[in-house]
Amino acid sequence: MDAIILQILNGLDKGSAYALIALGLTLIFGTLGVVNFAHGALFMIGAFCAVTLNRLLTLSHQVVDETRTDFLGNPLKVDVPYMQDIFGEATGAAIIDWSVPLAILFSIPIMIGFGVLMERGLIKHFYKRPHADQILVTFGLAIVLQEIIKQIFGANPIPTPAPDAFRGSFDFGTMLGFDPNVIIYPYWRLVYFGFAAIIIGAVFAFLQFTTFGMVVRAGMADRETVGLLGINIDRRFTIMFGLAAAVAGLAGVMYAPINSPNYHMGMDFLVLSFVVVVVGGMGSLPGAVLAGFLLGILESFASMNEIKSILPGIDQIIIYLVAIIILLTRPRGLMGRKGVMED
Amino acid sequence: MSKTTLTRRGVLRTGAVAGAGVALPTIFTASSARAFTNEPTGGSVTLGFNVPQTGPYADEGADELRAYELAVEHLNGGGDGGMMQTFSSKSLEGTGILGKKVEYVTGDTQTKSDAARASAKSMIEKDGAIMITGGSSSGVAVAVQGLCQEAGVIFMAGLTHSNDTTGKDKKANGFRHFFNAYMSGAALAPVLAKAYGEDRKAYHLTADYTWGWTQEESIKAATEALGWETVEAVKTPLAQTDFSSYIAPVLNSGADVLVLNHYGGNMVNSLTNAVQFGLREKQANGKNFEIVVPLFSRLMARGAGENIKGILGSTNWHWSLQDEGSQAFVKSFGTKYGFPPSQAAHTCYVQTLLYADAVQRAGSFDPCAVAEALEGYEFDGLGNGPTLYRAEDHQCFKDVLVVRGKENPTSEFDLLEVVEVTPRGQVEYAPDHPMFAGGALGSCNPGA
Repeated sequence: MDAIILQILNGLDKGSAYALIALGLTLIFGTLGVVNFAHGALFMIGAFCAVTLNRLLTLSHQVVDETRTDFLGNPLKVDVPYMQDIFGEATGAAIIDWSVPLAILFSIPIMIGFGVLMERGLIKHFYKRPHADQILVTFGLAIVLQEIIKQIFGANPIPTPAPDAFRGSFDFGTMLGFDPNVIIYPYWRLVYFGFAAIIIGAVFAFLQFTTFGMVVRAGMADRETVGLLGINIDRRFTIMFGLAAAVAGLAGVMYAPINSPNYHMGMDFLVLSFVVVVVGGMGSLPGAVLAGFLLGILESFASMNEIKSILPGIDQIIIYLVAIIILLTRPRGLMGRKGVMED
Repeated sequence: MSKTTLTRRGVLRTGAVAGAGVALPTIFTASSARAFTNEPTGGSVTLGFNVPQTGPYADEGADELRAYELAVEHLNGGGDGGMMQTFSSKSLEGTGILGKKVEYVTGDTQTKSDAARASAKSMIEKDGAIMITGGSSSGVAVAVQGLCQEAGVIFMAGLTHSNDTTGKDKKANGFRHFFNAYMSGAALAPVLAKAYGEDRKAYHLTADYTWGWTQEESIKAATEALGWETVEAVKTPLAQTDFSSYIAPVLNSGADVLVLNHYGGNMVNSLTNAVQFGLREKQANGKNFEIVVPLFSRLMARGAGENIKGILGSTNWHWSLQDEGSQAFVKSFGTKYGFPPSQAAHTCYVQTLLYADAVQRAGSFDPCAVAEALEGYEFDGLGNGPTLYRAEDHQCFKDVLVVRGKENPTSEFDLLEVVEVTPRGQVEYAPDHPMFAGGALGSCNPGA
């Protein structure tokens, strides 16, 4: 029982990341009709926003410590962050400690700007081209972005810890009547789940309850008619692209403490997110979220030892297996609209 | 409709011409026959450095390349000579190899077997490399070693830790200086028993490929021999990034030690996840829960940040060693590049010197002569104490380091502290040990 609860929690956590990325992908596909293979790279860039802010906050000058020596036997140069000079040791250290949450604010304008630039500079030239061309150009872009990040930050993962206040784990077991330390879950992963829920809620509320959102939804349903009504739908779609980039970026920022960011983390998520979108139904926002959580939970269960002893290797193929079954029985996905990508 | 006329004579004539055409290059090669592949004829000799320049191990590859460049500089008489000053063999004089200036070409393994083979092949065929060395993965090492055997050049392995490289996949043209999984187990187990007791229950998470399998087997055997019990050993996909669903079952498995048979990004992520799940604060079976990372790499450990503090593992070499050879290498590497070398850099530098020295002693670049000079060769002054290149399997036997993640590092390079230098005698095994069985060296291939 405890193992099942733990895997559900794991699934929800994984599902949050899948859902956030898939949500952005679907937003872009639903509005612009573009299959964006660079979306994983946006997630990665988000994580590197957290790394960059952490680096900026820890910019240091060197102070020579005569009492200690470095590896060559010279006096040791100790790095002292400027933050500690400006704000004092304790406050400076606290600001650095909170760099990941601060990176949320730092990343939003960067990601929106990046998204808009990407749409205006590259994607818009591919609206009328076949999906295959869009996939090629966005995939190419993803590789370029990945290599740029590797050039700047190197190939090794970069540790980007969560604030000290969120270290350690929460004991669910004691709440549910189990022994202590049986069902524990890391605080930061719980924060991630809560954060994802807020972002997903905010995106839906934005589309549902604002005039802007209403126009976008109308445009998603019938772009031509909205255009005939004299509404500049293109501009709104550009903004939506920026928004989708910001959602992917935020997912990346918050993911940085879970797994140290590296340059190919976007690719690791990209394929899975596409499966999520296809299973959920191309163009369906609730479908993307639902499928994200569903596949996250299934993946977690599949990696349980009890299941693997019956079906070895199932943990590696479960997601694709589910995708095949859904596409065979319901080609438009769980919540896909009739006609989308069916022609 | 046209009718094609096919006559017996016609077919024979065409066949003969085509056959002669195909045979032509071979005829020419035969007339200018060389004694062995890429026999150097001019005033220089070319070495092929095959390291990951792209992909997840690119940083480790970059450090290997730095070491190779340093080795070439020293062989050609530049710099301070590094370990050439401390090496027990004095045949290297800083005048290149056999008086020929050392040049090099580089290839990118991408840490993919097929790409690594392709780049090695190109260096041998197009650039005339007389020896191939480098790499940061056992899968790649085994693949390139096989290719070098076929091509008739010597392969001096880089970082490869799987038992198979000098076990079932050993080759007469291949040589490994780096230690292996068996040695990690043999060195680590007594330290683990001393630190954590002999009554422990271990849970293994293992990367699902050649290196992971042999490491799991080695650590299991070594710890079980000391009284530990293995509760479970779970294989994890190599491409896995989030290990939470593999870590969660550990919590209530009854285990009190988690062994992470992971390397590189896998290790960084699984260790980070395990620490996030509070495993290090956990009590199990009335004891503190412990995590062990049998193969530590300082370069990779950096990615795990604070999480490696206090964690035991093993390593081939570490820059803090105080012997003369290590100090000389750290000094020349550190002066040139501004930071201390990694264990990958060390093994690559040493392999280059060992190859050059073997050629010098053999008086020939002929791979068979070089192999003979390396086989059963005893040397010292290269950082791990007295070392033997065993003739039976081309594996180096030397001291192994047991290390622990440092509690108070002074810099980003100062992450590990040496807990024990396990003497060579303790990590030796018979050439026909079951973990290394199943292959044969075969005979050396000079190619051409």
